[in-house]
Amino acid sequence: MLALGTVSLVTDISSEMVTAVLPLYLVSGLGLSPLGFGLLDGVYNGFSALVRLVGGHFADRGGGRHKWIAGLGYGISAVCKPLLLVAHSLTPIGVVLAADRTGKGLRTAPRDALISLSSTPGTRGRAFGVHRAMDTAGALLGPLVAFWILRATVDGYDAVFTVSFCVAAAGVLVLVLFVPGGQSAPAAGPRPTLRAAFALLRRRDLRRITVCALLLGLATVSDSFVYLLLQRRLGVPDRWFALLPLGTAAAFLLLAVPLGRLADRAGRWTVFLAGHGALLAGYGLLLGSWHGTALPWLVLALHGCFYAATDGVLMAAASDIVPEGLRSSGLAVVQTGQALTRFACSLLFGAAWTVWGDRAALAGAAVALVGCVAFALTLRPKGVVGA
Amino acid sequence: MSVRNRVLVLVSALAVLAAVGLAAVLHASARAERRDHPQAGGPRVTSGPVSLRETGRLVFRNLAWGPHRDELTSVPADDPDGPRTAAGLKCLRFYAAAGTGVCLQAVHGPVSDTYRALVLDASLRIRDRYDVPGIPSRARVSPTGHFAAWTAFVGGDSYAGTDFSTRTAVVDTRSGKLIPSLEAFRIVKDGHPYRAADVNFWGVTFADDDRTFYATLATKGRTYLVRGDLRARTVTTLHANVECPSLSPDGTRVAYKKRVAGLPKDAPWRLYVLDLRTMRETALAEPRSVDDQAVWRDARTLVYTLPGDYGADLYQVPADGSGRAREISPAAVSPAYLG
Repeated sequence: MLALGTVSLVTDISSEMVTAVLPLYLVSGLGLSPLGFGLLDGVYNGFSALVRLVGGHFADRGGGRHKWIAGLGYGISAVCKPLLLVAHSLTPIGVVLAADRTGKGLRTAPRDALISLSSTPGTRGRAFGVHRAMDTAGALLGPLVAFWILRATVDGYDAVFTVSFCVAAAGVLVLVLFVPGGQSAPAAGPRPTLRAAFALLRRRDLRRITVCALLLGLATVSDSFVYLLLQRRLGVPDRWFALLPLGTAAAFLLLAVPLGRLADRAGRWTVFLAGHGALLAGYGLLLGSWHGTALPWLVLALHGCFYAATDGVLMAAASDIVPEGLRSSGLAVVQTGQALTRFACSLLFGAAWTVWGDRAALAGAAVALVGCVAFALTLRPKGVVGA
Repeated sequence: MSVRNRVLVLVSALAVLAAVGLAAVLHASARAERRDHPQAGGPRVTSGPVSLRETGRLVFRNLAWGPHRDELTSVPADDPDGPRTAAGLKCLRFYAAAGTGVCLQAVHGPVSDTYRALVLDASLRIRDRYDVPGIPSRARVSPTGHFAAWTAFVGGDSYAGTDFSTRTAVVDTRSGKLIPSLEAFRIVKDGHPYRAADVNFWGVTFADDDRTFYATLATKGRTYLVRGDLRARTVTTLHANVECPSLSPDGTRVAYKKRVAGLPKDAPWRLYVLDLRTMRETALAEPRSVDDQAVWRDARTLVYTLPGDYGADLYQVPADGSGRAREISPAAVSPAYLG
């Protein structure tokens, strides 16, 4: 468990090093305009969702190859770093970034399957909490490392990419050497075919979880909109704008383990829904008329709390229901569904913003969230441990 | 493999990886050090006073290697390739008019770099400073010196992915009053009020009436030339496919970069001039893709930068589509003609 957490921590340092310097590299290093880069995000997101399903499926075949599919994903992302050294125009850089995301898509479900397989049902929430905390710590450290290298080398982007590769390679090595394979007895459960993966949705308890995750995803406004709203409604100074995601990440980091443990005791579904309650409270603060100085802090804390109470906890809850033999594909189905509805929410929210303005769009999202939470309360899946 | 062997493999591999990483960092910092020494054949740069009130001078950010790299330097406008006088002030982007300058610079903090805009008086003394929310891109001062504007790239942080946007601010240099983002202005697009979450502005250029400005508005993947009104706080779209407009000294034409179909994605622009009365576009004689907000040297000539060995070089081209482009000074960016 700690080994896998270390892999995630190290890999996130590596990838966030690159993400943090990429805009600066494009603008100052290569003299390219980064605008329009985001246009491809939608395409990549869709592709990455597909890759996730494929990764989950392959990880389940042959009695559980979670470790090796996850390793392949980590490896692809690691190899992408030195490729950035030779990609000097938008198209090759776009291809490298797409490959990087493919690696990320491949590894996500098998990695979560490994976490669930290496923990007992009673401590699963905590295990996912520890993993998410380490993952987020890596994401916070990466930009700092990149910054120190850039400072020491005066715009030595090549040094940043090389070090990022070395860090990623170390992550792959830790995975290969120290993470247990997560093999399950081949006889356990249905044969891992793609059809079997989707057939999981015929199981009432998993279908309920998936439907709830999908619906709640549909009412989850994307992070960038939350930060934009925070800035527009509360007048957060420009200087602080780039630091807003750090606030969310810090709260996520601090709360992931305690809320994971709470989920083990108080029930995963309860904590998962309470997390959406925190998000709803955040929306409420953004919509309200109170404009105290503590408001941005509160909103970010609630936003981080939402992630801490839902991200790992949902995987823990789903792991309780998905049979071992289909663990990766089952988790991939839930994750992919959630990612797709969140993406749909982004599109809807953007459209609502255009037509009715930011406040009305957020009010709409809040109403939708209340509806989805109420619906999820009535559906409350039975199979979840502690629920 | 036993635990002991696995630890051994890990430790030795980590040693190799650490050595590779360290070598990359040392190599890069040695290269950075070389940039502090002047190169043979490069322009001569010496310290000296630079005033924004001097006439017949061209001021830009010097990119030539040596101790004055990245400093503002001044050269005679009619001998831009001549010896450079360095002012000692480092800027990423710069512009000046009527004795007022704007300098966008990086502030090196302990855990990250931030950016700020300095409003400068004629002796390059700091009159005001403002936070800039991202990587500086464009800077302009109105012909009267009463307004300044700048654009920065915002985003690209860990959670927003690769989704970048721009933020454009305008400041009244007399009162110090800042409009942090043009996104607060009302938009009239094709005759109708318009609003969208994805609206971006960049590349402001000012008229000489302290009220009118032009800029690029981008939404739904398209760009527009807008005419803005600082008093009414509105912008109105005038023409599609216009980026980084630059208003001619007589206020009748706009030079801009236009996205031309069939060009590669990372070099998609050509320089054009738009006549604001007839709305007729004229392609200029520069055959390469230009990613810059051009400046008018005079009513007939445009000056702009293209990527070069030391970052960027200055070029000029006639504004009527005739003639041909030629380099006027190497290793320079962000030019501003004084007086």
